[in-house]
Amino acid sequence: MDWLDIHPAALQALGGILGVLAIANLIVFIIRGRLSKSLHHELVSRIQSWWLMFAVFAIAMAINRTGSLIFFAFVSFMALKEYLSLIPSRRADRRVMFWAYLTIPAQYLLVGYKWYGMFIILIPVYAFLLLPMRMVLVGETRNFLRAAGTLHWGVMAMVFSISHVAYLLVLPEQVNPAAGGAGLVLYLVFLTQFNDVAQYCWGKLLGRRKILPSVSPGKTVEGLIGGIATTIVLSWSLASWLTPLNVPQSVAAGALIGIAGFVGDVTISALKRDLGVKDSGSLLPGHGGILDRIDSLIYTAPLFFHFIYYLHG
Amino acid sequence: MVTKIARWLFFTLIVRPLILIVLGLNVRNRERLPNRGPAIIAANHNSHLDTLVLITLMPPSLSHRVRPVAAADYFLRNRLLAWFAKDIIGILPITRQRIERGVDPLEICDAALKRGEILIFFPEGTRGEPERINRFRRGIAHLAERHPDVPVVPVFMRGLGKALPKGEALLVPFLLDVYIGEPLTGRVHADFLNTLRARIRSLAETDKGPEWD
Repeated sequence: MDWLDIHPAALQALGGILGVLAIANLIVFIIRGRLSKSLHHELVSRIQSWWLMFAVFAIAMAINRTGSLIFFAFVSFMALKEYLSLIPSRRADRRVMFWAYLTIPAQYLLVGYKWYGMFIILIPVYAFLLLPMRMVLVGETRNFLRAAGTLHWGVMAMVFSISHVAYLLVLPEQVNPAAGGAGLVLYLVFLTQFNDVAQYCWGKLLGRRKILPSVSPGKTVEGLIGGIATTIVLSWSLASWLTPLNVPQSVAAGALIGIAGFVGDVTISALKRDLGVKDSGSLLPGHGGILDRIDSLIYTAPLFFHFIYYLHG
Repeated sequence: MVTKIARWLFFTLIVRPLILIVLGLNVRNRERLPNRGPAIIAANHNSHLDTLVLITLMPPSLSHRVRPVAAADYFLRNRLLAWFAKDIIGILPITRQRIERGVDPLEICDAALKRGEILIFFPEGTRGEPERINRFRRGIAHLAERHPDVPVVPVFMRGLGKALPKGEALLVPFLLDVYIGEPLTGRVHADFLNTLRARIRSLAETDKGPEWD
């Protein structure tokens, strides 16, 4: 095994993220006097969780490819577990849910073996046909549709979508000579998370018109537009360093991540509102559960992957 | 010595990763847990893993003083299980059936509390139906009466009835919710058993969790 098997540009990018976190920490420290106590406390605990997430993510990315794939499989596992613990479910489906968990090792093994054809159909074709069959064998028909629908949605979002981040890592070298698969992952994950933060900040600074008050009362038009604009500026300025995208493509990628990130965020908000919970868990202080943190990535990961795959794959 | 190492390995390599990573805990009011003995933790009981969750909740430095009170007829039925239950988990075996006069089934608990240990007590006496609270047995009330200064901490756990219900061998990962209540003692509360039951019920009502039908 090759340790520290990561493209030099991607390693620099990790250093860059470290710098961004340090700046964010410094800004919160400088403006602490102008913040309310509760907001200051929230920002501090959020940034602390960011440091922790960054540390784990950076180690997972830098170790080697197997380590990185195990890390993303673990993210899928934690997210699926959080999801299955939140939704209404049937006693009869315990074993069916166990099968749903088994899609995680299967899907990430396919990533590891770079078997693209099977990677792209394992869940939407085989899991979608087999899970209801397993449910029929249990024999309970009450709430059958609810159970099948919620299970499919969970496996699709938490396993299929997130595994696209991992597949970026195993794309052939010639797709991205500038920074390799790791460069693409860092570009996607950084822009997705920064877009969230930018939308939050622009919303706090300028937010007036609510955009989806019944789903997510904190979200504003100004926040969304400011966030997308910020993400486009970043996607354009980072593209030549980390991706094979030319200028118009990088602008399109920024818009894609900005919009899809927002959609992912409010989709999980709608889900939580339906279930009557505020946070999906308590794993990450200031953020909530892992689902609260990867909500945007559920939408940006497959869309960005296919954007790259179509243009440069 | 060998038992001590085996116990440490079992908890560090198997129990803690299983409870904290494969399952995962959401603990409310952790600060209400006792930080020294003697004390009694009284919890609802749905799964064999309940005991391991409660031991995991305590800091590792205290975990060797935590003694689950468990049914002798079940855990001492063969030598291997008895060794595992007594030496590795550290249970205090008590008799559930009616027994002849003059024999005190709680004597072993008395002695442990006098040594300053922390007892884990399941007042329902048995695991019962998944995610449901059964009738409480009187044992814990007798114990609280005899030790009026020992705090009894009510705990409600939800999720293990889904992850590993009675009679199932396949563990399915679910997050577990653990609610710690205000401690009470036999001295302060005349109707101890009903008060304890009401506290655990009210913990259960603070969060019903998603439907499980």
